[in-house]
Order: sequence, then C-alpha cells, then structure tokens
Amino acid sequence: MERSVVLIALFAALIAALGLIPKIMLTSGVPITAQSMGIMLAGTILGAKRGMAAVALFIGLTLAGLPLLAGGRGGLGLLSSPTVGFIIGFPIAAFVTGYIAERLKRTNIAFASIIAAFLGGVVVLYIPGVIGMAVVLGKSINEATLLMMPFVPGDVLKACLTALITQAVYRARPTSVLARG
Amino acid sequence: MLSLTHPRKTPLHSVPASYKLLFLCVAATAMFAISTAPVAISVLLVVMAAYLMLGWDVAKRGASASRGLWPFVAVIAIWHAHSGDYEQGIVITARLLAAVSLSNLVTMTTRLQDMIDCLSTVARPLRHVGISPKSIAIAIALVVRFIPEFLDRAERLSLAYRARSGRRASWRIILPLVFSALDDAEAVANALRARGGIER
Repeated sequence: MERSVVLIALFAALIAALGLIPKIMLTSGVPITAQSMGIMLAGTILGAKRGMAAVALFIGLTLAGLPLLAGGRGGLGLLSSPTVGFIIGFPIAAFVTGYIAERLKRTNIAFASIIAAFLGGVVVLYIPGVIGMAVVLGKSINEATLLMMPFVPGDVLKACLTALITQAVYRARPTSVLARG
Repeated sequence: MLSLTHPRKTPLHSVPASYKLLFLCVAATAMFAISTAPVAISVLLVVMAAYLMLGWDVAKRGASASRGLWPFVAVIAIWHAHSGDYEQGIVITARLLAAVSLSNLVTMTTRLQDMIDCLSTVARPLRHVGISPKSIAIAIALVVRFIPEFLDRAERLSLAYRARSGRRASWRIILPLVFSALDDAEAVANALRARGGIER
C-alpha cells in the first residue's frame, strides 16, 4: 500500500521534472523534451494501473494550476487548447503501455518495452490527440493527422530510449519493474 | 514551487472555486458552438475586457500564459489564407483564444489549495475502487515535495555529464534520475510504514 502510493507519487514528480529540465540532446544533436518519455516509462516500469495513476496525478496537478507541462505550462486553459487530446490521452497511453508490457512480460524486456511504448505512447496517444486537434482547430481527422506527422519520428525515438532505460532499470533493480512482477 | 495563481488578490479570487469551475465548463462548451466571426470576436473582446478590468498586471500575465497558442494560430492563419475561407479561420482563432484565456483566468484567480480541494472532491468516489482520499492527499504532498528535489538532481547530473564529456547533457542522465527516484520511493515507503503507514 505505502510502496504503491509512494512509487506513484514519485513517478508523477519524475514526469514533471523531465518536462522542466532544459531540453536534452540526442547524440546527433537533436534536442527533445523528455516528458512524453516519462509517460511511457510510467507504463513500462510501474505497469498499467500504477502507471496510469502516476500520470493521472501529474495531469491532475497540472490542471489544478502547477506549471508542470513541458515549457512550464499548466492550468485549465490546457483543456480548451488544441493539445487537449494529448492531456486526456496521457493517462490512457500510460495504461495501455503498462498493459502491453505486462502481457509481454515473458519476452525480452527491451522488445516488450519498445512494443508497449510504441503502441501505448505513440499509436494510442495520437488517437485522442488527433481528435482533440481536429475538434479545436476545426479540421478534418485527416488534416489534423497531417499536422501531427512532424512529431512522429521524435516520439518513435522516445519509445526506443524508453526500452533502453527500462532494460537498464530491470537489470539493476528487477523488483522495481512492477510491470514484470 | 511557483503556482500559476496571480499573487495580487483580485475580486475574482474571493469567488468560490466550484462556482468558477462550473461557469467555465458552461462557457467553454458554449464557445465551441460559435460559428460566426462577429460573435467569436465579441466573445474574445469580452474575455479581454474582463482581464483589463482586473488590472494591467493580470492582463499581462494572461497574455504570456497563452503564448503556447501562437504556433497554432500561425498554422490556422496560413491554412485559411491558403484555402481562402477567412471567416472560418477567424472564428477558430478567436474562440480558441477566448476559451483558453477564460480558463487561464480561472486558474490565475483560484488558490492552488482550493483547486486541489476540488480535485479531491471529484476523486472521492475513487474510494470505492480502493483509492482512499488520504492516500491521494499524501501522494499530492509527495509530488510537490519531490519535484524541486528531482530538478536539482537532474541539474547536478547534467553538470557532471558536461564536465566529463564536454558536451550538453544527453538522454543518458535520465537513467540515474530514474534510479534515484525508485530508491527514494523505497526509502520513503519504509519511512511511512515505520510511522504507522497510510490509514485507510
């Protein structure tokens, strides 16, 4: 009980911190924000339910008025902005990522994590994300999808990094990767 | 940790949070039904007037709070200049700015604690699925306590990385950050348990 609550809370804090640190560099010199990677990691490490709880806690506090979203954004305005679908989709993405990671727990951890992070953190996340953008900007689903395309390569890359990080965590602290518990 | 609440008290600060949230739900929903440019622009002007009535400082903070929308406004402007459907472009832009600014106004004039209280009220039915209000309260306190801690740690990790490599910090600093968070979680959970745990 205590362990679950604390893990959920500290992961929520970690997701916030990942959005607030200056953009980090990939080896090629491409800057990325690590926050959506935090969403994927919540799923691959904490599993479906706790991962979703951590992300929901993070989103709840952001909407309540803490400027925790990447770039120091927060508040209720997020719910009327074009990115509303991603805000709503984050907890769902963490849940699906965790669920798939749990299903694949008998396979290689890097493989399981990359599949889970890609399906949950990219495919499933983009569904509400694109719908939200289409509704708020008054565009069709196809047009909104087109607008989101430039962000797909970066998110696929984050799914790969999520797998590397999850694998390293699993090697050093097997009991901490609850998705495999 | 700074919250987004405006530090100077305005008359709106004393309106109960639940009223403001309810009003915002209705108003933001209604705004998305707007389909003509004159109505959309009038609504946006009303929201801007509300900001200015509360003071220049509030208006300035409000303007900077919606800076994240400019890329979208630019996309809409280019899109509709290209398609020639100017009225639709104006409607979309005006109602977007109005809805987001109005929501930001509620955030700016409500104390974080009042917002969290509303959040806890909404989350109360979760106790039926085993999530007690007490554990939510502890989790919120822990998040707020640990964000500056993790930020500080990330800063030190990236300084150390730069000292060793001479390059800007890469994604590699995330791994030790995750480890430190997991280790802290075990320690804090033990400390909580030693003090009697989280009562249900």
